[in-house]
Amino acid sequence: MRAPAIIEAKAVSKWYGQFHALKDINLTVRKGERIVICGPSGSGKSTLIRCFNRLEAHQVGDIVINGVALHGKMTNAAVRSNVGMVFQHFNLFPHMTVLMNCMAGPMWVKGVSAANARKTALRFLERVRIPEQANKFPIQLSGGQQQRVAIARSLCMEPAVMLFDEPTSALDPEMVSEVLETMTGLARDGITMVCVTHEMGFARAVADRVIFMDAGQIVEEGTPDEFFSRPRHDRTKLFLSQILKH
Amino acid sequence: MLYPDTVEAEILVHKPWFVATMFGVVLLLFMAFNMSGTSFAELMRPVIGEPSVSGLYGRFAIAFAIAVIFTLNVVLIGFAPLKFQIGIVWLELLLLFIAFFETFHLSLPFIREKLPFLISQGVVTTLYVSAISIVIASVIAVAGAVAKLSNNGFAFAIASFYTSFFRGLPLLMQVYLIYLGLPQLGFVINAVPAGILALSLCYGAYMTEIFRSGIQSIDRGQWEASRSMGFGFALTMRRIILPQALPVIIPPTGNQFISMLKDSSLVSVIGVWELMFLARTLGQKTFQHMEMLISAAMIYWMLSICLELIQSRIERHYHRSKVR
Repeated sequence: MRAPAIIEAKAVSKWYGQFHALKDINLTVRKGERIVICGPSGSGKSTLIRCFNRLEAHQVGDIVINGVALHGKMTNAAVRSNVGMVFQHFNLFPHMTVLMNCMAGPMWVKGVSAANARKTALRFLERVRIPEQANKFPIQLSGGQQQRVAIARSLCMEPAVMLFDEPTSALDPEMVSEVLETMTGLARDGITMVCVTHEMGFARAVADRVIFMDAGQIVEEGTPDEFFSRPRHDRTKLFLSQILKH
Repeated sequence: MLYPDTVEAEILVHKPWFVATMFGVVLLLFMAFNMSGTSFAELMRPVIGEPSVSGLYGRFAIAFAIAVIFTLNVVLIGFAPLKFQIGIVWLELLLLFIAFFETFHLSLPFIREKLPFLISQGVVTTLYVSAISIVIASVIAVAGAVAKLSNNGFAFAIASFYTSFFRGLPLLMQVYLIYLGLPQLGFVINAVPAGILALSLCYGAYMTEIFRSGIQSIDRGQWEASRSMGFGFALTMRRIILPQALPVIIPPTGNQFISMLKDSSLVSVIGVWELMFLARTLGQKTFQHMEMLISAAMIYWMLSICLELIQSRIERHYHRSKVR
């Protein structure tokens, strides 16, 4: 039996003015799946996952998240608490402590009591391995630590799917691995995730499927093994040769 | 503090060329004025004889003495540590002001007699008119800023018309318009509420712009993170955006508060018995205008200093999350 679909995108298109950013995207993400989306910059990969929690609105097609269809404006809040998002630039709330960053969502959106929110927050901070930083402010942490806090903050909402938008692109090289290890840990625990990244090692090790996008379209889709060893399209081959050169 | 330069420069006021230039400029400046009638010239009497007949020699001697004192003072202050420098310079400027006020030959008994009423009636009225206006203006400012940033054309139009109108008219005219204009519509309004209304509307307009720019200074990533957590607009504004905008908003807002405290004197034109009104009327009978005006000026200044202190307190409070 196949796991239920968490994200279903059917014939999704999006324009920025005249610019056709997403062209007829079809994608299904099932519970427990780990998807990596890669592609050259400007290919629409970030736009796509931002559509999944309605930070951007698509114009044509359907996106269904955990059974809730995203059109119009009515369903946003309900959808968002089901979708965790980790940003390239962390976007932690700088005026709150790390602990409060993690407690805010459950308390203010779900109405969880402070004591329970605190328990949850500490549990997830433990999971990203920085419980000792709980009472610091974000600016006192390194980039890698901040990104791990951002992951914990999203996890505290216990979302059905986690979206990662280039989570390691703004980090120093030696901090990339600590974030990737955290993400690998989450993947092992069976969390459904969609990750936009250029970290091909991570894709190879963790992904169930790799999706390659170019010019707003999904060009190629396959298991990491197929994708890296036997890419079918020329565009994919070119991309891989460039990104794996170094 | 400006960004400190760790390359240590020589102290400017100890460089010979700077000291010499400073000395020369002060000497020439005081040569240009005839100081022979001042009390400083009286002090110089042992050197220059009768000041009024001392001529060019007297002028030169006086200017020379002032230049020596001034230059020596600056050079010596240059040796002191920072806190000490600030204290001394404040004290010296204050003494100069007191010396200036001395020249009015103010009648202290008169001031002592009128001061209690000036405070119990004038200061109290000024303070409560300003305080109420500040609260109302802040509320207007938040609402106005949100409206000016909204996609709602209706709200934007009202807010932008409001800020344009009330920033565009002199406050004095607004006071008259409200006090004399509203009765035309059938609302007879007392002087105090009219004054409060005018001040709140005028300052609300300025502060709308301050709040708007403060809110806009927050990175859009904060909105995106809040949205992705499922926070609604009001929650995001109240718990995420405004707390971060406050450190940006507070310095100019403190400015507005201080400015409003003093602009509240404009409501004296419609007969509110606040500080300015009393300062003008109390001295009238005996032609002792200066006594009351200077007292009122000192009181305004002291109230402003209180606001300055509160502002710097708050700024220090919000500095915390920026310290590594």
